[in-house]
Amino acid sequence: MLITYVLHVDDKPGVLNRVSSLVRRRDYNIESLTVGHTAEAGVSRITLVVDANPEAAHRIEANLYKLVHVLRVENLTEVPTVYRHLALIKVAATVDTRTQIMQLADVFRGRVVDVAPDSLMIEITGTDEKIDGLLEVLRPFGLVEVAKTGRLAMARGQGAQGTKSTSPDGSLADDHVDAAVSFSV
Amino acid sequence: MERMTGAEILWECLVREGVTDIFGYPGGAILPAYDAMLKFPLRHVLVRHEQGATHMADGYARATGKVGVAVATSGPGATNMVTGIATAMMDSVPIICITGQVGSRLIGSDAFQETDITGITLPVTKHNYLVTRADEVASVVREAFLIAQSGRPGPVLIDITKDAQQSSAIFDWDAAAPSPSIVRTVPTPAESKMREALALIKAAKRPLVLAGHGLMLANATEDMRAFTDITGVPVAVTLLGIGCLPASHPNNLGMMGMHGEAWVNTAIQEADLLIALGMRFDDRVTGNLKTYALQAKKIHVDIDQAEIGKNVPVDVGIVSDVRDVLRTWKSSLTKLDLGEWNAHIKSLKGDSAVRDIQNMEDDGHLYAAHVIHDIWRATEGKAIVVTDVGQHQMWEAQYYHHETPRSLITSGGLGTMGFALPAAIGAKMACPDSEVWVVVGDGGFQMTLCELATIVQENVKINIAIINNGYLGMVRQWQEFFYDKRYAATPLLSPDFVKLAEAYGIDAHRVTTRKDVISTVEAARKHHGTVLIDFRVEQEDSVFPMVPAGADLHKMIRRPSPLAETGADR
Repeated sequence: MLITYVLHVDDKPGVLNRVSSLVRRRDYNIESLTVGHTAEAGVSRITLVVDANPEAAHRIEANLYKLVHVLRVENLTEVPTVYRHLALIKVAATVDTRTQIMQLADVFRGRVVDVAPDSLMIEITGTDEKIDGLLEVLRPFGLVEVAKTGRLAMARGQGAQGTKSTSPDGSLADDHVDAAVSFSV
Repeated sequence: MERMTGAEILWECLVREGVTDIFGYPGGAILPAYDAMLKFPLRHVLVRHEQGATHMADGYARATGKVGVAVATSGPGATNMVTGIATAMMDSVPIICITGQVGSRLIGSDAFQETDITGITLPVTKHNYLVTRADEVASVVREAFLIAQSGRPGPVLIDITKDAQQSSAIFDWDAAAPSPSIVRTVPTPAESKMREALALIKAAKRPLVLAGHGLMLANATEDMRAFTDITGVPVAVTLLGIGCLPASHPNNLGMMGMHGEAWVNTAIQEADLLIALGMRFDDRVTGNLKTYALQAKKIHVDIDQAEIGKNVPVDVGIVSDVRDVLRTWKSSLTKLDLGEWNAHIKSLKGDSAVRDIQNMEDDGHLYAAHVIHDIWRATEGKAIVVTDVGQHQMWEAQYYHHETPRSLITSGGLGTMGFALPAAIGAKMACPDSEVWVVVGDGGFQMTLCELATIVQENVKINIAIINNGYLGMVRQWQEFFYDKRYAATPLLSPDFVKLAEAYGIDAHRVTTRKDVISTVEAARKHHGTVLIDFRVEQEDSVFPMVPAGADLHKMIRRPSPLAETGADR
């Protein structure tokens, strides 16, 4: 199963290597990994997604704590969490298909961020499924280039140890926090 | 506060951390440090190979609990340390390895003797550092000492560029104090877990303590002794746990695991409670996990959270300092009624004594077990014995009865051949008043015998017992048992060890019969300098009992009984 960890780590050279090496030496595949700064100076946030069974997940977590520069580890797998990806999609577009593509992007709440004579670039944030959905409908037009960030994750409400919560409109899957996500990216 | 070079700051910090002895080998990138070293009150031991330096630091640390320090230059000097660092990592030994690195501006340019040693040692160190500026040296060294010794101890490597050694900075010891947050606080055991554990202990009918190296690392051997004295729970020890309870203590059953005593392994399989203290259920201890101690509830106390439930699911896992746990338990402990259980364990010994090679009729051959037994008798069990890895190591564990903690020094987790000779030098430097014996095979001895010169140059007095059987014995034993006696690459040619030792200026003897063992051992003990004894032992003897790798713990291969063969032999 996919296990999602959020790690708060010292922002120092080699820390990412230590984290990824710990997963590598146990021969697990990293499904995705994103790193960025947090609001706190000197602290980076790593979202790490690993395909592992729960036992192995526990072992990885316990070993992550042994790394000197790892400050905090949250396993969000069983916690209500907002997951987001950002994708940039360059799709072939002619005069005839351009409007059609833009309408599709609009349905998925994607934004056109670049227009060239023979292509469009669309920015989209959302869950895996949403981005895959857009890619599927764009495929017939010709995908020129696709870039995805990998999963970003944040526990809802008080965090992994805190109380459960829902988003303002009560749904668990929504787009309201997209803006916040794109800042971190 | 004064201005000092990075090299001076390095040694100043080491001296302030209490270091008096270091083991090393100079070279280009560490030259500024060596030049500055002369001004400091440090004894430097010049090794013959950097691997030896790490094992010496390791033996030094294991013998005392103090941090051992090894120094090498960049490139090959640093890479030669890797085996020693991994050895210390697997056995949780606090050592600090200092390596020179090429100038910071040359890093990444494939400069002469440049190697990415922090990258190479990342998985085999508890932590490591690349230091590129003199003003980082003090804080890194202080932090390294804290990390190496705190929690579950382990090796830390500090890689210092040549320019960081040469340039200067203001030295401020206090300002370089490590932030306490750098080490995780050891949790106090949760009360509920402690209650659960005590309830299990009180309810147990067939309990066993599994005692490991952690008891020594936590200085908890006295507390464990109190535990078994009060409750009467018998104790089985791991290889690295040997010495945590005197071998002569009536509750000490002996070693468990692949070459553990047969009755100990059987007792583990029949126990209803295992109290695992500072041990990690290594595969050499458990055998087949699917059939391991199925009737037993398990309490596991370890300072490393990652060990709890790693190999064996436990009923109560306590992440804490084992000494704190034992002290907290103490007031609630009572004598358990274990008469039946103890009688049963005694009955498990069965004909073990008859099968013991010590008790077999003298067939004129010299067995390794005889040699170990006689060294034990001669030293009254009071020596520090440093072993290598293989058959002799297991015989040592079986036939040398250790009475004190830290008196057996051996590479357990990594199983590093070549460990013994250098580690013994380190142990002797740490404990100059102790008698130190090296027990080593003819194979492992040849991996690091270059350190004989170190012994002579440093005027170290140790005794070296080579258990010489002309084979890579343990591998040969596996070939005998599991590969139809096809002895691929295990017959081993050795030089004349007596002449070799004499070439180094070391007194040496050869022993081929049992009657000469004690007298030669006694003579070696009395000799002022190091003595090497080449014991020519039975070539194709095997270590018994043996749990084949991955087999059920209670299904041991036993030494054939001189009496009628029984079905219990396999």
